[in-house]
Amino acid sequence: MDSFIVISLIKIFVVFGALMTILAYLQWVERKVIAHIQVRPGPYRVGPHGLLQPLADVIKLITKEGLLPPYVNKPLYLAAPFIAVTMALLSISVIPFGPAIRVAGYWTWMQLANLNIGVLFVLAVSSMGVYGIALAGWSSNNKYALIGGLRSSAQMISYELPLGLAIAAPLLISNTLSLRRLVETQDGWLWNWNLFHGFQYVSFVVFLIASFAETNRIPFDLPEAENELVAGYHTEYSSMKFAAFFMAEYANMVTVSCMATLLFLGGWVAPWPEKFGSGFVPVAVFAAAGLIALFHGWHAARRKDAFTFPVVGVVFLAVAAVFLVPFLQNILLPLFWFCAKVGALLFVFIWIRGTLPRFRYDQLMAFAWKVLFPVAVLNLLVTALVIAVIS
Amino acid sequence: MDLILFLAFALIAVVAAINVVVQRHPISSAISLVGVMGSLAVLYLLLGAEFIAAAQVIVYAGAIMVLFVFVIMLLNAGGEARAGRSFVASLLGVPALVALLALLAFFTARLFPSDAEVHFGGFKGGTPEAIGRALFTTYLLPFEITSILVLIAIVGAVVLARKELE
Repeated sequence: MDSFIVISLIKIFVVFGALMTILAYLQWVERKVIAHIQVRPGPYRVGPHGLLQPLADVIKLITKEGLLPPYVNKPLYLAAPFIAVTMALLSISVIPFGPAIRVAGYWTWMQLANLNIGVLFVLAVSSMGVYGIALAGWSSNNKYALIGGLRSSAQMISYELPLGLAIAAPLLISNTLSLRRLVETQDGWLWNWNLFHGFQYVSFVVFLIASFAETNRIPFDLPEAENELVAGYHTEYSSMKFAAFFMAEYANMVTVSCMATLLFLGGWVAPWPEKFGSGFVPVAVFAAAGLIALFHGWHAARRKDAFTFPVVGVVFLAVAAVFLVPFLQNILLPLFWFCAKVGALLFVFIWIRGTLPRFRYDQLMAFAWKVLFPVAVLNLLVTALVIAVIS
Repeated sequence: MDLILFLAFALIAVVAAINVVVQRHPISSAISLVGVMGSLAVLYLLLGAEFIAAAQVIVYAGAIMVLFVFVIMLLNAGGEARAGRSFVASLLGVPALVALLALLAFFTARLFPSDAEVHFGGFKGGTPEAIGRALFTTYLLPFEITSILVLIAIVGAVVLARKELE
């Protein structure tokens, strides 16, 4: 019992620390990717290639003056950012990152809490997240914030339905509500993933579109459309209270990507079994990246690159070497596949932000109710029918 | 541990429920009601009914109360004025409340002996499998009738809310 509490505390610290770092650097990655899509370098001044930019942003946000406008509804105005960020971070507690591992003689799962209704827990927590935004919009006592809050609640209620229906189809196939079991049923080859079960890519696409709306991302970011609503629901927020909303948005993005990975892409499972050499993919990827960096350091285009590229190359080669250590492989390989899948989905989020313009509000609602919802219902019906006929 | 959690969340539920009535602003009342729903979900969880707990949060706290808050925000309802208390209410209010609570406690104690498992009618357990099996076998007819009832209500709402066409 004591060891259980100690292990859980250690796991909580590790996961929380890693999540916070990822959230800070996700914003750096987003700015860099968007910048390269728009053919400009992005953050470049703070640290090499702007790598210390997130740190500078955090210091800036903490030391800024926290304004409290006199006309707001004080208790709800102060509570709203807390609700938003708490609900966003809470879902990570049930997400499994890998199988059971053995560390220093103790067996433990790479997951904080195993619920047998994990999927429903994530749905419940994410449906509570809308209060943060709605209350922020209302309590600010500002017309732009109010419209932003209203739009957000309407949008999140509407898109929760196709989201829930899209989740139900892979659950029918895997026949469980536990996130851990869900991954175990997709073990083995690529075609065991729920994404490749017949026509399940329909549910995957519906899930992805609905999750863009749920996280208020472009092309569905109408609650904070800056050319009509200043900044939407967080117009009146400054300093750390603003940072809380910002962090909540990125945490929601990570949660949604984790859910898509677990539901459709097989979680931490490799695309093909380890006896056919999937264990050497991370080594190959990191070694190739390291060699390419070394090559470009050799033929440096700018004088600075002659130093930075070899350093990056050596770091990548060292990471590749770490993946060859036998007793670390059990931990690192599942983590690599999980992070690779989640990272790919997060890249899609950023990619679409750099590509698509924003919808009009009536288009957004019409799309949810007249296209996405019927497609999701039809998909669920056909999936259920096929499963009933087969079994 | 179970007892401590039960007492804590039962207390939160009761305090939040009283707060729903006491608060003068509709939004504050709605948020208190969300608190009641949330602590009820924890109580269901303590009884081992995890599916009902999740459904409670998803349906009541996550969907219905969001709609309440949405409508209150749309109507921009202001705080309510405190009405003068009537003589009858101040005289009979507390005794009537005590009597009601005593009756409720008495019947609950009579209907459910302390060693009995919690159940709704003939239905026990709260796992997704148990609820699914009960809904689609024993209680199939009431379940379908309820869904048709809800459908009728939705159609009625659409008809009432539709703008008249010239």
